[in-house]
Amino acid sequence: MVNTLVTPSGGRVLFGGEDVTALKPSTLRRRVGYVFQGIGLFPHFTVGENIAIGPRLAGEKLPHARVTELLSLVELEPEMASRMPDELSGGQRQRVGVARALAGDPELLIMDEPFGALDPITRDALGEKVRELHEKLGLTTIMVTHDMAEALLLADRVLVMSFGELVADNSPHELLAGAGGDIAQGLVAVPRQQAERLAAMEKSGAGS
Amino acid sequence: MNEIWTILLGLGDKFASHIVLSASAIGLGMLVALPLAVWASRSQNVARIALGFASLVQTIPALALLALFFPILLSLRAVFGEDLPTLGFLPALLALALYALLPILRNAVTAQANLDPGVLEAADGVGMTSWQKLTLVEAPLSAPFVMAGIRTASVWTIGAATLATTIGQPSLGDPIFAGLQTQNWALVLAGCIASAGLALVVDALLGIVENGFAKRNRWQYGAGIAAVAMGLSGALIYQSGGDDEDTIIIASKQFSEQYILAQLIGSQLEKAGYSVEYRDGLGSAVVHSAVASSSIDISVDYTGTIWTNELSRTDNPGREVMYETIVEWERSNTGVRVLGRLGFENAYAFAMREDRAAELGVSSLEELVRFGPQLTVGGDPEFFERPEWIAVRDAYGMRFRETRNFSPTFMYNALRSGEADVISAYTSDGRIAADRLVVLEDPRGALPSYDAMLMMSPRIAEDAGIARALEPLIGAISVEAMREANFAVDREGEGKLSPKDAAAELAESIGL
Repeated sequence: MVNTLVTPSGGRVLFGGEDVTALKPSTLRRRVGYVFQGIGLFPHFTVGENIAIGPRLAGEKLPHARVTELLSLVELEPEMASRMPDELSGGQRQRVGVARALAGDPELLIMDEPFGALDPITRDALGEKVRELHEKLGLTTIMVTHDMAEALLLADRVLVMSFGELVADNSPHELLAGAGGDIAQGLVAVPRQQAERLAAMEKSGAGS
Repeated sequence: MNEIWTILLGLGDKFASHIVLSASAIGLGMLVALPLAVWASRSQNVARIALGFASLVQTIPALALLALFFPILLSLRAVFGEDLPTLGFLPALLALALYALLPILRNAVTAQANLDPGVLEAADGVGMTSWQKLTLVEAPLSAPFVMAGIRTASVWTIGAATLATTIGQPSLGDPIFAGLQTQNWALVLAGCIASAGLALVVDALLGIVENGFAKRNRWQYGAGIAAVAMGLSGALIYQSGGDDEDTIIIASKQFSEQYILAQLIGSQLEKAGYSVEYRDGLGSAVVHSAVASSSIDISVDYTGTIWTNELSRTDNPGREVMYETIVEWERSNTGVRVLGRLGFENAYAFAMREDRAAELGVSSLEELVRFGPQLTVGGDPEFFERPEWIAVRDAYGMRFRETRNFSPTFMYNALRSGEADVISAYTSDGRIAADRLVVLEDPRGALPSYDAMLMMSPRIAEDAGIARALEPLIGAISVEAMREANFAVDREGEGKLSPKDAAAELAESIGL
């Protein structure tokens, strides 16, 4: 809704004080970095061309040095720039997806279940990386996830949605301390119990 | 084999116009199908309607679709004026373009529908406008599939373009139709080899382009496109070089007699110093309109045909009145000049094998009536729709056990093999004498006369030189002479002649 890929049925979304529906979609979207589960690299462009697409649409040419810089931000080798997307692993592709989202120096980064299709190790590493970039580049990031552990570990502020209603708006610490109501606590309980069960298993395993 | 080779070498102009026609039709098809496919990818309803329409068109036989454009264009003259051509290039182009629509459209729509939704979401997500999305993402990703559709369309179109012959557009169908009618298999083969060869070459070249698109190899698809463009411009240059305003165009319908007479007329005109061009194998229905609109200049038509098809008359006032009425009608309605009658009739008549007729004791239609319910009658494809059949049926109360349609050539074979007991023969047909057929008498005069007439288009109607060159043919060809010439072309094996040679023999026998 923020980048108007979905139109709100009611209410307004303000971006920098302006109603997003009043902005030209293509202009708005170039100011918003977008990373999503489907990744959506353009298969007929090289990695470098994929990263440079946003500025290219705005009529600018992204310098090669900047492509290299963006690749190194997501921990990819500069040589990757000339590869085609189908030569890359899933994790590498989503790294390129992140680099592409950052290429236009966006004011906002939207991540819609960005790591949903990745294996847990890649997922964890990439999550950490994105949080690091968030700090380093001073980004505003909105990330959508079903994984409460991911939300608690990466976010400064967690909003819980249930059936289209906002049911909690707290910091991870507050949520872990029991704030936010039943639904939010139900979600927090899942990773907490998993962690406890794993710890118990470890203990009993050590005892036998 | 040598013969086929010689024919192939003589097909240059047909080949060029075949290429120009096919390429134009595919081009027009793309011009319509590609934007339509883009629209269809944005709207389910458009996709359904467009694909439904294209599929529907595909179910119409190509031959019928081509012929249908004649009345359509004729009625459109009300809008675009009398100069709108109703025969030749335009209707052929339109029909073939419609035919090319489906494969291009279907592939383009399918390609669009099968694009990775993630890629499309990303295209919107990075801020592409709808046009950028189309040109940067959708078009390049769909290109190989769209190209595959264009390839299919090209092969179909090149094949179907041979049928353009029937509506007066020169194509590689000319030798095929002429050969089929005169049972000259070398001609048929040459036409088929040329059009199949063309289809294969185009398919291979477009295959290179398709492959180039798939591999995103600019050199490869560039080279493929360049090769196609070169072939096309070669054909265009060849065609524009051969055009000549002063050429007299002689038409013939799809049977041997017409081919022979066209050659006879052509040689008379050439002797008088005119340059001529033959437009062979036109559909019977279009010849008159073609001559009336000066799309062609000279044709041979028959009084009975004009009487029913053009004057829409069903009565039978007798041979002379019919002819006089037609001459006057043409002069005042179409501007076509009827130069005169050639001297013979090519009328419909019922014919039986001699032995079969003797067995039943039948020599006239009147005597045939009571055996009708046990007999199978064969007719040419239009006969049972024609007023002649209806007239005979009503005048005699004629009923047959079964009616079957055959192409004229196969009708005689059917009679020989016993698949038909009676056929609707043509009185000038050489096979009547050769097969020793009995032509049944028509005591009630139900069958109208079919005098062969020489028709001149309004363009050359006043040309005294042409009239003078053709004058010797008027009243000069007896039905026996025509039968002999027809048989020389229709027969198998020893003594079989090409229409040109038969025309030369005919000319000699009538003292020209």
